[in-house]
Amino acid sequence: MIPPETAVRPEGLAPVPAATGPVVTVEGLVVSYGATRALTGVDLSVEPGLVHGLIGMNGSGKSTLFKALMGLVKPAGGAVALFGEDPREARRRGRVAYAPQDEDVDASFPVSVRDVVAMGRYGRLGPRRRLRPEDRAAVDAALERTELTDLADRQIGALSGGQRKRAFVARGLAQGAELLLLDEPFAGVDKRSEATITALLRSLAAEGRTILVSTHDLVAVPALCDRVALINRRIVAQGTPDETLRPEPLGEAFGGFVPVEALRSEVAA
Amino acid sequence: MSVVDWFTDPLAYDFMRRAMLVAVVCGIVCAVLSCWLTLLGWSLMGDAVSHAVLPGVVLSYVVGVPFAIGAFVFGSAAVFLVGGLSRTSRVKEDAAIGIVFTGLFALGLVLVSAIPSQIDLFHILFGNVLGVSDGDIRQVVIIGAIVTAVLLFKRRDLVLYAFDPTHAHAVGISPRRLEAILLGALALTVIVALQAVGIVLVVAMLITPGATAYLITDRFSRMLGIAVAASVSACLLGTYLSYHLDWSTGGAIVCVLTVQFVAAYLFAPKGILAQRRSRPDTEDEGDGGLAVGAAA
Repeated sequence: MIPPETAVRPEGLAPVPAATGPVVTVEGLVVSYGATRALTGVDLSVEPGLVHGLIGMNGSGKSTLFKALMGLVKPAGGAVALFGEDPREARRRGRVAYAPQDEDVDASFPVSVRDVVAMGRYGRLGPRRRLRPEDRAAVDAALERTELTDLADRQIGALSGGQRKRAFVARGLAQGAELLLLDEPFAGVDKRSEATITALLRSLAAEGRTILVSTHDLVAVPALCDRVALINRRIVAQGTPDETLRPEPLGEAFGGFVPVEALRSEVAA
Repeated sequence: MSVVDWFTDPLAYDFMRRAMLVAVVCGIVCAVLSCWLTLLGWSLMGDAVSHAVLPGVVLSYVVGVPFAIGAFVFGSAAVFLVGGLSRTSRVKEDAAIGIVFTGLFALGLVLVSAIPSQIDLFHILFGNVLGVSDGDIRQVVIIGAIVTAVLLFKRRDLVLYAFDPTHAHAVGISPRRLEAILLGALALTVIVALQAVGIVLVVAMLITPGATAYLITDRFSRMLGIAVAASVSACLLGTYLSYHLDWSTGGAIVCVLTVQFVAAYLFAPKGILAQRRSRPDTEDEGDGGLAVGAAA
């Protein structure tokens, strides 16, 4: 029996192998910058086929945890496993994709949307990174999946913030990644594109991909995430949005800066 | 004298034909590299490496090896020292660059004055394209060909590195290796460029063509083509102007490059006048999101 999501997926995108066991396992992770401890013993488990939200304030260690998952910082202690294996092996096989936050993207860089999506294929190509027909098919399919086909030849800066975010998701799809890390996907994005991105990520998770989103935008969380981890240098609370978006854990994560009442009415609505 | 004569007459002289060859090679290799340096914001690094090669050039003459060897050793040393200084101390990178390149340049000046030799400091500082030797031409052509070939072969990876090194890392491509390729290319290109315009003006060759092209197009492949066209034409025209008007060759080349840049700044599609005339593209469709396809 073919699940409906597989049936509608455009030609060219590899099906996602069914993952068993946690996609991300972090145990006792400690990361220090000089004398500052950015992460003081993080335990996190990310399950396959779900959208996970990593929520915390600026300086809570969200970006550091992402960097640790990507192998960009050296942990002072603890362990990270992706798909139950060495993260380096997972990266080598292109299983992890990363969508940077908008302020880290040079929007005036002379590349088109299609060029950016094609970069998802580079890990599989020869030293010159020349695209083969199957790579072009994967790029086209990823553009179609994110509904960017009509904008494919635009320069990356000629997109809105939300469209640009989708272009990086498309790059991850062209890559064939099973785990997508998105850094602040809703920063600089209007309400309508927020809904568009949410729908896209939900449908990718329904196909079996695993999504990990870092955000401080609490309002967007209930519609997007199946699981939430609140972070403040360590994981303060972990569970479903209903279990975690409560005054007490939020107070611990945000140090009392959250308008908790406003949030709760939002969650109820 | 007719226009045609203005261009053909000088070619009767052997020294002018050599100068033209060096100018063209230099124009190509500098332009290609400049596209990445512009996007990466490495102009200060280019300035640093070019000044830092001076002691290497002097010592090469003393030891009797091709000057490219000494220049490359000191150019690479400058890169390592800058990186090492900023990593192992609280000194920031731009300060490290300032300290390293002036220090090495000063060492070069001291060596030139202390060691009796045939070296003409003026030629090293300001270029001497009308007086290049056969040995110099060989070095320029070989180095220029190698650097251009490597950069064009790895161009997609280098664009990826300049745009999003994190993604390179994510798909198992080492950003550090790509950075090393660019720094090595920089050290070698400086050797070629200082033949044409001299140490002091090398940074113009390493940045201006790419910056001019960047104002004209928003596609990297076109940027490469435009930069090469601008740079080669500036090198040739500058050499002709230098011959006919008895101007400093390096000065003339860089003046032409700068005029090209100003023209692009004023008249290019993304130039200042075009921006004034039309309001910037308002993205009215906003993020029509997934509806964009339907709306179009």
